[in-house]
Amino acid sequence: MSEKQPPQHAEGEPAGRAQQPTPAAEETAAIVSVDTAGGAMEPSAVPATAQSGQLPGGPDTLLRKIFTGSGMVSVLAVLLALIIGGLLIASTDKQVATTATYFFARPTDFLAAVWNAATRSYIALFQGSVFNPRGNGLAAQFAPFMETLTIATPLITAGLGVALAFRAGLFNIGAQGQIIVAGILAAWVGFALDLPMGLHLLLVLVAGIIGGAFWGGLVGVLKARTGAHEVILTIMFNYIALYFLRYLLNTPAFQRPGESNPISPILDPTAVYPQIFGSQYRLHLGFLLAIAATVLVWWLLNRSTVGFEFRAVGANPKAAQTAGINVSRSTILVMALAGGLAGMSGVAQVAGTEKVLTDGVAATYGFDAITVALLGRSSPWGTFAAGLLFGAFRAGAVQMQIQTGTPIDIVLVVQSLIVLFIAAPPLVRAIFGLNPRRRKPARPAKSREAATTGGAA
Amino acid sequence: MVRVLKLELRGITKRFGTLLANDHIDVVVEPGQIHCLLGENGAGKSTLMNVLYGLYEPSEGEILVDGKPVSFRGPGDAMEAGIGMVHQHFMLVPVFTVAENVALGAEPTKAAGFLNLDETRRRIKEISDQYGFDVDPDALVEDLPVGVQQRVEIIKALVRDAQVLILDEPTAVLTPQETDELLDIMRQLKSGGTSIVFISHKLREVKAVSDTITVIRRGKVVGTAEPAASTTELASMMVGRAVSLTLDKAPAQPKEKTFEVRNLTVIAPNGQHVVDGLSFDIARGEILAVAGVQGNGQTELTEAILGLQERVHGSILLDGQELLGRSVKEVLNAGVGFVPEDRSVDGLIGTFSIAENLILDRYDQAPFARGISMSPARVLENAKSRIEEFDVRTPSGALAAGTLSGGNQQKVVMARELSRPLRLFIASQPTRGVDVGSIEFLHKRIVAERDQGTPVMIISTELDEVMELADRIAVLYKGKLVGVVPAGTSRDVLGLMMAGIPPEEHVHTTQAAEAADTTTSTSDAEGGDHV
Repeated sequence: MSEKQPPQHAEGEPAGRAQQPTPAAEETAAIVSVDTAGGAMEPSAVPATAQSGQLPGGPDTLLRKIFTGSGMVSVLAVLLALIIGGLLIASTDKQVATTATYFFARPTDFLAAVWNAATRSYIALFQGSVFNPRGNGLAAQFAPFMETLTIATPLITAGLGVALAFRAGLFNIGAQGQIIVAGILAAWVGFALDLPMGLHLLLVLVAGIIGGAFWGGLVGVLKARTGAHEVILTIMFNYIALYFLRYLLNTPAFQRPGESNPISPILDPTAVYPQIFGSQYRLHLGFLLAIAATVLVWWLLNRSTVGFEFRAVGANPKAAQTAGINVSRSTILVMALAGGLAGMSGVAQVAGTEKVLTDGVAATYGFDAITVALLGRSSPWGTFAAGLLFGAFRAGAVQMQIQTGTPIDIVLVVQSLIVLFIAAPPLVRAIFGLNPRRRKPARPAKSREAATTGGAA
Repeated sequence: MVRVLKLELRGITKRFGTLLANDHIDVVVEPGQIHCLLGENGAGKSTLMNVLYGLYEPSEGEILVDGKPVSFRGPGDAMEAGIGMVHQHFMLVPVFTVAENVALGAEPTKAAGFLNLDETRRRIKEISDQYGFDVDPDALVEDLPVGVQQRVEIIKALVRDAQVLILDEPTAVLTPQETDELLDIMRQLKSGGTSIVFISHKLREVKAVSDTITVIRRGKVVGTAEPAASTTELASMMVGRAVSLTLDKAPAQPKEKTFEVRNLTVIAPNGQHVVDGLSFDIARGEILAVAGVQGNGQTELTEAILGLQERVHGSILLDGQELLGRSVKEVLNAGVGFVPEDRSVDGLIGTFSIAENLILDRYDQAPFARGISMSPARVLENAKSRIEEFDVRTPSGALAAGTLSGGNQQKVVMARELSRPLRLFIASQPTRGVDVGSIEFLHKRIVAERDQGTPVMIISTELDEVMELADRIAVLYKGKLVGVVPAGTSRDVLGLMMAGIPPEEHVHTTQAAEAADTTTSTSDAEGGDHV
């Protein structure tokens, strides 16, 4: 053997060898991605690379791949949260309480009442957020859906900001503050300057994005230069932004003349987003910009060198540094971009729905954005979908309370449950019996059977 | 107290989906034996041991202890039966003391649930004295060197009365000295009546310590061998084809010296000079191997060249250009190829695809990017040809790099660094944790790069590798250069240099000895053996 051929030609069975590890390897990848929320969270203590053996599992059917995939955990989490929410709704229902007193006599009454209570509320929620058949004409019937999109707009852009930072390994809690600073700048440009149509709105948008990017970028700079943790920084920056806004609303520059309440003048008509489908709906141009932002973030993450750097820094900063990626620069840039995206939410608020600046400009959008990004697995389109879902919850909750008396708060409970289940993928998988790591008890006699059927577990 | 235990694995089969990790494996571990399982990475050795340890349930087959079939539902059952395992990655709590770690999981308690560690301490002392472990029960685990941490793991198993000890690739994390110490410990344990299942792919160790060798390839037992079998024989059984263990490389034809390091000093955050006044140079078409025991400044030296170290003084010239003070990206763009010593930490991003990892330091250059827009098609295309060229065993370049075995991960890093025009190639521990078949291949690639006229710098703690690849050998000790000696310098001289003794002294004596008589040189060699 003086002249050695490359190993792949030797012995003539490279294909078999190469194909062999597929299922277990993909399973490992699937589990890693589930466990890390698509790369957003710290992986488990023993990384897949460090494990000398492959993880056990069953045959890889298509169904199984879908179900162990990270997206499916999100969907199941929502489903589970809705079921538990339904039970909570039922527990406060009068009819359920009455039927429970004679449960042992006629249990079907009780079960029917539970079913009714839950479905009535959810139907009302649906009618309040997507389609209301009792509406007067098609326009009114679709009004709830338009409202959903309107509320989803700031959730989507702020959620994208959180998601983008997530992907670069940064936990951006600061969307709230970034929305506020963007709102301040955008509103001021909107009511203080007098500019022609088009240019005025463009300037409002740019000012908002710059405001958010500045507030987020500042966190990035502090983190890169001093090593301060971004969670602490962003939380503190939220407070600074909020109290700065409250201060400004009591100064002559921002307070509406002749008003003692902390509220700004109304934005000029040239400075507000046009309504997409006319004045009958609140839906404004900001929603189209949110779609554009989603496309942009997708492109940035998956098709650009900048996004490659972000993802590399997020997944393994040491390897990124060794490969010549400037980690500090990436940190600053991603925080500025995240802030800019959150800034779009601020603009959507002041130039889209509110048209004034108050200290409630950000509502709870900045915090809900974290949930949205989490539910969306930090992927751009996932975040978009999650934003729509939360928008629907909020839009429908009012209708639900009016129609069925179910308190709006139940929606918050459902939202919280979703987060809970998303944060614990093994719990969701266990509940739906999808846990790939589950072991069958050792029974030598049955082991052959277990080997063939074990995969379904 | 010593119970002898015979362990038998009969027809063990383990399937993961369609993957057959173990295919009807039969192994008998006789009492008081060191039984080696030899096989390449991914051959199924670890899977088999996880089955034995109760971590996996076998799809078929049975385990017999002293002739009786048993079934383990978890490591607890295995421990109960007298089987202990030391994993490749230690299962220790760094902030706990040795005694606390040993007690963990079976904590002895006094009244009211207070911990009683005195008994544990006594047992540790006892075992430590018996086998010469030299382990302090009250030391914090995080303060201990890796070799000692491993002994703590062994003590953990022994405290629980393990009669069979499974050591999964125990030497992968050890320096050569620590490896020798571990082999001694294994022999002592054996003489104390403990049987050992030793999993390894390093032939030298296997031959040094085993009583019986079972060779596993692709999940099957391909045969058993005596430790007396030649390394070539074992290697070909393991890999499944003839392997040449000695690299036949042409003598170097050094050209002009294009890489010069002058008075390089690296200061650690604690003020220590981890690299202290180094000066050396490498010519085009030459391999300089940097030898030394781990932790003598090798890591900092490579990081300083790459621009990853902050406090660096001196000068690093490549083609007459100063590299010091430049960013990592500028250094890489100057034509420096770099293989870091810890591939999973510094060399690869486990969650990224193999294709992305193959362009990790060229993602923003043509043809992969135009402006800031990347072309995924070109990235995949590149991956395809690199995977083929370097024989990376994977069905697709789109899979995550973390799913590859260690050897294949290393091939990915090497493929990335060697697939662009280089002005200097630096590889740290280029074959650590890589199986025999791949080592041969990687060494050939390194020599090929040299023959293209690139100055090559290899940093290795494995003396075998240094001696095989080097055209000249530089030895580091405590951040200082002990000396640069030609290839072919004897193991003994290099061993002394690694302990900090400059070459002049013994080189002189060796030369004198050669000139005078053979008897003196033998005694010289014997003297070296004691080091």
